[in-house]
Amino acid sequence: MQVLTANRLIDGEAVWLAADHSWTDTIDAADIARDANAAQRLADIGEASRRANAVVDVNLIDIDLIAGRIAPKRLRERIRASGPTNRPDLGKQARPLAAIAA
Amino acid sequence: MYRYDEFDRDFVAARVVEFGDQVARRLSGELTEDQFRPLRLMNGVYLQLHAYMLRIAIPYGTLNARQMRKLAHIARTYDHGYGHFTTRQNLQFNWPALKDMPAILAELAGVEMHAIQTSGNCIRNVTADHFAGAAADEAADPRPYAEILRQWSSAHPEFSYLPRKFKVAVTGAARDRAAIRFHDIGLQLKKNVAGETGFAVFVGGGQGRTPIIAVKARDFLPERDLLAYMTAILRVYNLEGRRDNKYKARIKILVSETGADEIIRRVEAEFEMLKDGALALPDADIAAIQAYFAPPAFIERPGGVALVRQARLDDRGFSAWLERNVTTHKHPDHAIVTISLKGVGEVPGDATAEQMDAVADLAERFGHDEIRVSHEQNLVLPHVARADLPAIYKGLKTAGLATANAGLATDIIACPGLDYCALANARAIPVAQDLSTRLAARQDDIGDLKIKISGCINACGHHHIGHIGILGVEKKGGELYQLTLGGSADENAAIGEIVGRGFGPEEIAGAVETAIDVYLAHRLSPGETFIDAYRRLGATSFREALYGSAAAAA
Repeated sequence: MQVLTANRLIDGEAVWLAADHSWTDTIDAADIARDANAAQRLADIGEASRRANAVVDVNLIDIDLIAGRIAPKRLRERIRASGPTNRPDLGKQARPLAAIAA
Repeated sequence: MYRYDEFDRDFVAARVVEFGDQVARRLSGELTEDQFRPLRLMNGVYLQLHAYMLRIAIPYGTLNARQMRKLAHIARTYDHGYGHFTTRQNLQFNWPALKDMPAILAELAGVEMHAIQTSGNCIRNVTADHFAGAAADEAADPRPYAEILRQWSSAHPEFSYLPRKFKVAVTGAARDRAAIRFHDIGLQLKKNVAGETGFAVFVGGGQGRTPIIAVKARDFLPERDLLAYMTAILRVYNLEGRRDNKYKARIKILVSETGADEIIRRVEAEFEMLKDGALALPDADIAAIQAYFAPPAFIERPGGVALVRQARLDDRGFSAWLERNVTTHKHPDHAIVTISLKGVGEVPGDATAEQMDAVADLAERFGHDEIRVSHEQNLVLPHVARADLPAIYKGLKTAGLATANAGLATDIIACPGLDYCALANARAIPVAQDLSTRLAARQDDIGDLKIKISGCINACGHHHIGHIGILGVEKKGGELYQLTLGGSADENAAIGEIVGRGFGPEEIAGAVETAIDVYLAHRLSPGETFIDAYRRLGATSFREALYGSAAAAA
């Protein structure tokens, strides 16, 4: 399973592509691709958004579903989804709709 | 301190306008990311995991109170209230928005600061001994020469598109506090027998994926030839350095693949054509720059000795801090203070806006308005009266900056690692925090020990040259930490050796403690430091303790 991630151009915020084709700043709201076709569809939408200069650094990342929540396989992506592990007061983990801890 | 002349001011102001326009065009979509990326990098703007990062140059690690307060202001206004001092004496902000970069750079220009050439394949911010101009052991202040190099290298048309980045460090003392042998060019200012000033020139050093100790190209280069010789080296590198493979593009690879003798021969041939030409440095020009760095007027304060003695009796905390964080100054009534940014369990190199302001206040009140950033990620007040040390200690303590650990096991260098950095493979900060917490209680017994941690092979955390080095790598989606022992950044330069297989995130701090225990068990006396003991003992007993005797025999 994969989700599509990027950084927002204007402020660099880590974002994920949601089902309504908008970019969401919590990974929980990301649209999950369960097969290669779905992944390609996400990538195409992301590429169009990149060309429209909404985001940069667009990437498909591998995830698991753990207790119904999206958990990236790589630590790097888990940290992007949460924030610096030494600063729980910063990044997405500090916000009310906290992402999973890295 | 150096003050901008009209040319500097116009140059930096023009760059602020130019980059502001580039940001606007990027945000409007007129520039693509591929077009914009090299432009933002030329201005110190990176994209990291959570946000953009802005790397601000602190030339040769010197700044004044006004500049420090501006950094605090930027931290509060555009970031999350803190900044990170780096191993290249720069300051990084971790959270600024791209749309705010022009405003931040305009604020910086207002205090004669910028982010130019803190990234990209150009000559980067020149670093210097953080005790420059104050140390009792230096031949001369290296910073005027670092400033000359800054002026010469800024937007240098021939050297703006080098095969790879290029780092220069300068020191004025035989005791190397600037790791000059691990730079593309390292310069050691010295006097010859006739009393003339010149440089020992080291070339081709570096860390990263291929750590190499620089070779000495010249034992004594007269100061007037500095720019001609630098140009000769850069020209040979620019023409012959590899551009086909970024991992082999640094000058250290050119030197080691071609052979040091041959490269030096080519540099000398180039130099022969350049010397005594337009690049020769006239004495008057050197003197004009030196005038900016004239030492402050030191007032005799002979009462300091008695005052400090009494304060030591009154306060053990002050006494410990004095022993570790205060260094001999060239003026007997004065001292150099190292301000530790490594409180127990804290993030190496991080300072809050409030701490920056507190340091600025102390520098203004007691330190002739001078602050330094060290490559070991601490701050320095280079010129304070000994009589003021108790007051300074009190001020630092209030700001949470009085940790008495300079040069000890908790004075750890660590890069931002995977908590922030897009290049990192593993975290460095939590490893440093864990080690700091574990080692704090016995660091005085352990004595001088440099632990350095990098979260990837690029080695921003200087792991190759730590007495104990830790390199984080990614293995099977998790973190793995390689341990190296015996590295040294100073005049007895050495690259640490990997002692065996790596350790998991839960094991690495214990492995470091094991290595330290071996040292404590084997040292001849408390006076024999970790690095001295390691050099005497070799790796075997450490390997045995870490991996068992079978591994040590293998």
